[in-house]
Amino acid sequence: MNAVSHNYTDIAFRSIESEAMHILRETAAEFRNPTLLFSGGKDSAVIVHLAYKAFWPSPIPFTLLHIDTEHNFEEVIQFRDDTAKRYGAKLMVRSVGDSIARGTVVLGREDESRNPHQAVTLLEAIDELKIDACIGGARRDEEKARAKERVFSVRNEFGQWEPRSQRPELWDLYNPRLAKGENMRVFPISNWTEADVWRYIAAEGIHLPSLYFAHEREVVERSGVLVPITNLTPIGPREKSQIRTVRFRTVGDITCTCPVASTASTMDEILEEVISARVSERGATRMDDQASESAMEERKRAGYF
Amino acid sequence: MNDNHILRAPLRVTTAGSVDDGKSTLIGRLLWDLDAVPIDQRANLERDMERKGRTIPDFALLTDGLLAEREQGITVDVAYRYFASPKRKYIVADVPGHEQYTRNMATGASRADCAVTLIDARRGVTVQTRRHLCISALLNVRTQIIAVNKMDLIGHDLRRFTTIRDEIADFSQRLGRAIPETVPISALAGENVVTKSGEMSWYDGPPLLDLLDAAPGESYRAELPLRMPVQGVNRPQTKEYHDFRGYMGRIESGSVEVGQKISVYPAGLSTVVTGIYIGATSVQRAEAPTSVCITVADELDVSRGDLIADPANAPQVARRLSADLVWLDRANLDMRRPYLIKHGARTHQAKVESLDNLLDITTLSQIDAEGQLATNEIGRVTLRIGTDVPFDLYEDNRATGAFVVLDPATNATLAGGIIRGAAA
Repeated sequence: MNAVSHNYTDIAFRSIESEAMHILRETAAEFRNPTLLFSGGKDSAVIVHLAYKAFWPSPIPFTLLHIDTEHNFEEVIQFRDDTAKRYGAKLMVRSVGDSIARGTVVLGREDESRNPHQAVTLLEAIDELKIDACIGGARRDEEKARAKERVFSVRNEFGQWEPRSQRPELWDLYNPRLAKGENMRVFPISNWTEADVWRYIAAEGIHLPSLYFAHEREVVERSGVLVPITNLTPIGPREKSQIRTVRFRTVGDITCTCPVASTASTMDEILEEVISARVSERGATRMDDQASESAMEERKRAGYF
Repeated sequence: MNDNHILRAPLRVTTAGSVDDGKSTLIGRLLWDLDAVPIDQRANLERDMERKGRTIPDFALLTDGLLAEREQGITVDVAYRYFASPKRKYIVADVPGHEQYTRNMATGASRADCAVTLIDARRGVTVQTRRHLCISALLNVRTQIIAVNKMDLIGHDLRRFTTIRDEIADFSQRLGRAIPETVPISALAGENVVTKSGEMSWYDGPPLLDLLDAAPGESYRAELPLRMPVQGVNRPQTKEYHDFRGYMGRIESGSVEVGQKISVYPAGLSTVVTGIYIGATSVQRAEAPTSVCITVADELDVSRGDLIADPANAPQVARRLSADLVWLDRANLDMRRPYLIKHGARTHQAKVESLDNLLDITTLSQIDAEGQLATNEIGRVTLRIGTDVPFDLYEDNRATGAFVVLDPATNATLAGGIIRGAAA
């Protein structure tokens, strides 16, 4: 299979690419200050590219906003800055560290994961920057709770998702209306699967952080999951680390993102691996989702993206 | 690895049926048999089987996403599922069957190319079955497939199956619809879902998946007259593109070519296409459903919400419309109040002048309205709109024949609207 030969004229792509561009154009038209949540991960990199295509030759009409836990891999931060430059987009960064300094985030333990605290920093940024819509890269195929998410999803002033009172979404007619204090989350690639994302990245030649490709890394195996050894995630007293050939399937906070064993170092090899994927994306790589069956739903209710 | 399906548009499917007809089980079975269940989720199901002493996995655990659903053992909201057969990709709206959630059925059917309605072979055709067939017909879902489920629980009885199939055929004809393909299955045991069942040798048709693989997708839209709602005007005003002025939108139906004459509605001004862009790539021709940016020869007054269309197959333009409203909200229609309608890329002020009749959603026949339109009811209304609306009949074109009713006070999505014509 030659993945790179699949360009936008492929009818399956055209349908979901055009749907995403349609959603981005509705968002630009219907909101006063829409913002694109950009983490440096593959899904948000795809959205930046879709926004570029949707509005060319005008610049991307959304500010890129990174909610930074300050516990990121260096390559991802470099990639984030390079991507904003490459697409000529404005980038803003708001960090969990600032929320800690302000006293709005209190850590239970010094070394706990900052990932759940991003919700607080995001709400503070929404308030400060007067953002009315946040565009995100979530996909319905990622997780069971996300399968029920709307394309235009209303959040209350605490950022909370109310699955029981979601608005019905008929045809492609999205309801953009908000009451005071409410905020919209918009998910243009709702209907994409992980394989679609990779095929599109290959077809469009979208840049990604090197972490997504196979490399050697010091890891330790904990209950079936490979945990990278970093300053933030040191090795335990009775553990033994090993050098393994791995790659990341999702890229996020160091303290809760794990690589998988893989030798896929080219786009075609990754496609091959993803299309025949035997482990769900989040199950394999996210410690925060392994806590319980309903982990994602609980975090979404609490204001996670 | 078979990768052919990426060359075909995904098929959008909606499931329908009463509570306990086994919709979640069917989707779980499809995922399971197509090997689309990741090993960690497969392991969860196997642990659950062991704990409960079951021999077949509880497929509903794959699809029932929310805490409340798992606690009650029922599906309460539309959930979207994705899988691929060797032939194509599927986007499935898994819709709950409770009466009070009929609105979710309309949500799923509004976008669907194909509806799969499940019937419990033991119970046969119910009021809820008829309601779902009516909603599929009303929302013009092109392909209807009936899956008579739980055949294993009635000893794979041919006579029982034939009775149900004939009743469905008769009802579909009364609705003015084609007779649907009807397939006897057991979702739980996996009979006639992905592979043919050895238990029902009397059935000579294909299994359900083959019917789905053969169903027509959205490609028919490219054959309809050109319609492209303008989502925005693209004016970069940069040095390099100082004079660029393009109209952004998705071609909802038909196709467009450089050099083609087009008109912009409701004003009806005509011009010629000079450029078509998909991102920075210039193309000579594009067809539905492609998002493009179009440049034209003349400087026209075009803004968001206008409709670019083929003047040889022009849309109608009117200020008063006859439409069916599928009422979704808990609060009833209040004819004293102004509403908003979102149609294409424009939001209009509108008032409901009259509620002309209600539709019996188990027969699609008209019944007298007594001044009320409540949740899950469908009513024919006359709408008065503040501005000219370019439209097509819903049965001719979903994109220009549908709208939603929004509440300017509560911001709720109150109803789905289906345009039946200009009002007399």
